[in-house]
Amino acid sequence: MSHLDTLESEAVHIFREVAGEFERPVVLFSGGKDSIVMLHLALKAFAPAAVPFSLLHVDTGHNFPEVLEYRDRTVKKHGLRLHVASVQDYIDRGTLKERPDGTRNPLQTLPLTEKIQAERFDAVFGGGRRDEEKARAKERVFSLRDEFSQWDPRRQRPELWNLYNGRHAAGEHVRVFPLSNWTELDVWQYIAREGIELPEIYFAHERDVFQRAGMWLTAGEWGGPKDGETIEKRQIRYRTVGDMSCTGAVDSDAVTLHQVITEIAASRLTERGATRADDKMSEAAMEDRKREGYF
Amino acid sequence: MTSTTSSAARTDVDTSVIRPDVDTLRFATAGSVDDGKSTLVGRLLHDSKSVLTDQLEAVEHASRNRGQDTPDLALLTDGLRAEREQGITIDVAHRYFATAKRRFILADTPGHVQYTRNMVTGASTAELTIILVDARNGVVEQTRRHAAIAALLRVPHIVLAVNKMDLVGYEAKEFDRIVEDFAGHAAELDLPGFTPIPVSALVGDNVVDRSAHMDWYEGPALLEHLESVPVGGDPRGEPARFPVQYVIRHGESRHYAGQLASGSLRVGDRVTVHPSGGTSAIEGIDVLGEEVREAYAPQSLTLRLTDHLDVSRGDMITSGPDAPALTRDVRAAVCHLADRPLHVGDRVLVRHTTRTVQAVVRNLTAGEAGLHANDLGRIVLRTAEPLALDDYADCRRTGAFILIDPADGATLTAGMVDLGEAAATI
Repeated sequence: MSHLDTLESEAVHIFREVAGEFERPVVLFSGGKDSIVMLHLALKAFAPAAVPFSLLHVDTGHNFPEVLEYRDRTVKKHGLRLHVASVQDYIDRGTLKERPDGTRNPLQTLPLTEKIQAERFDAVFGGGRRDEEKARAKERVFSLRDEFSQWDPRRQRPELWNLYNGRHAAGEHVRVFPLSNWTELDVWQYIAREGIELPEIYFAHERDVFQRAGMWLTAGEWGGPKDGETIEKRQIRYRTVGDMSCTGAVDSDAVTLHQVITEIAASRLTERGATRADDKMSEAAMEDRKREGYF
Repeated sequence: MTSTTSSAARTDVDTSVIRPDVDTLRFATAGSVDDGKSTLVGRLLHDSKSVLTDQLEAVEHASRNRGQDTPDLALLTDGLRAEREQGITIDVAHRYFATAKRRFILADTPGHVQYTRNMVTGASTAELTIILVDARNGVVEQTRRHAAIAALLRVPHIVLAVNKMDLVGYEAKEFDRIVEDFAGHAAELDLPGFTPIPVSALVGDNVVDRSAHMDWYEGPALLEHLESVPVGGDPRGEPARFPVQYVIRHGESRHYAGQLASGSLRVGDRVTVHPSGGTSAIEGIDVLGEEVREAYAPQSLTLRLTDHLDVSRGDMITSGPDAPALTRDVRAAVCHLADRPLHVGDRVLVRHTTRTVQAVVRNLTAGEAGLHANDLGRIVLRTAEPLALDDYADCRRTGAFILIDPADGATLTAGMVDLGEAAATI
């Protein structure tokens, strides 16, 4: 079996295990490429029947409009149910405070975990890949979270063969990562093979951007540019899709899937290293956020 | 760091790296504390150009903060705060890299005795294990333990990497002595064979590039060996085993969804459903949306049968003359994983393929003392319902199980079914 067929077969197996073992699973869906691939795999796993899960989006309030449009269109197309946990609601209520640096990524944890508790989700699919980051590299496929959604890397269940242990007590849930063994390149090659549609921001286009901390950020009402920062029109694309305040663009001419794949294969920067400000906050930024319940 | 704004093209791009049709080697590492395992993995990633600029910059930065002049490659893989603080690997981490010939999934597992269970975890899906020894110390107790686990889990390929050859003057006789010593243990353990390679992870000898310091060694560098070992068997030669994961109902039809654990299935094949014993024939096979005549392990697929049988999650569909053993008495080799010991009389859950059943521990080699964390032993279980079992030696998927604590869901023990005569005399 080819590399991609093996990964696909493994991911489908994981989706079906969750369908067989859990009562209320949900798929985290942001309109980013990893969650789009997850949804595609779920559709294949349960064909010819419908996907037996609903979707959940943590909306930071600073999302790319093209991505929200894609999200809503996709949900409608497949007749799925979408839950939204809104960071903006929390800020408006005063439960969360805007950070001085303007990034809302770390603020997602509370709306996410409260939504999981409120809806009593017992399995939450995430698109996290172990190749993304060194703390993610330690993540299990089935990751038990306590009633506070906390990840304790020193108390993870050993995971053997393909025997995933989803046992949990009431109030606890399991995070499930079907793309654990995929790399960024695998995801792109699979998108190309399967002809999956993506939001346009993944392909090179002209956009108003400004530079902050060495990254090109999209100018907009969310809070940029500030004094001393100037807008430029550049030919860019995004390698990851997240909150506009911390997701950087890369200079690119890649307008086709093939060109994107060639560009990634040649890049000397990792996906997150190139485009995520939040991972650069400290050596253990991701681990610390995951411990608190981040995905 | 302005470099983050551009994805500067690499000049030595090998476009074959992006071929989607290459195969994958899943392998694991094992070694004692301070054998330099993280350094070896770091060297493998670094010298195969799998470490990207921002990752290397992060390591250089962290190394400088610790007062080191040269980048500590171990920091590439020790991903947890506690690991970097203590300078040891605590938990298994997975790494991904590719060469023109193959893609690799590496389970980087800790060497410390108290984390042996993590080595078991890594070895359970590995087709190759690298057992690392320090050339100055040779084969130590942990080496024998790692070899025993590799033998128990039937990892098809073993590499004995004799590291720190630079610290023993690159002497052939030091290497030969260790290989001979290890061969003695391997024979006792029934290891199928092993490939010894002298390396220096720190200097980079024989990891990716052949060493200029050891003319006497004529074998491959480690990466060359990883690129060339055969992976995957021929599923057509194996008995067909299809654990049912989920039943998809669509209109009048019922599609049995699962991943073929071994062998192959064809439309028209006569099949038996275990444990009920019902028989039928395959009416249709769908591999993720595509109708096919024949499917192979490890494909995920759905089956339709010609007869309306009662089939649900946990059942196993098989075909061919080699039926699995249907039994409530399970004998197996085990590795105990949990901190709480396992005793005779304990009530447990057995998770075998997609089936979970209650069981009681009838017998243990450890006797009254019980099995403790990281202990290897033998076990006899009595299950509440029959399981369709294969010898682990014949099929890793249908011969493996885990024990789960019914009280809190903890994974307790890894088990490998042994249907042989020897097992009866625990």
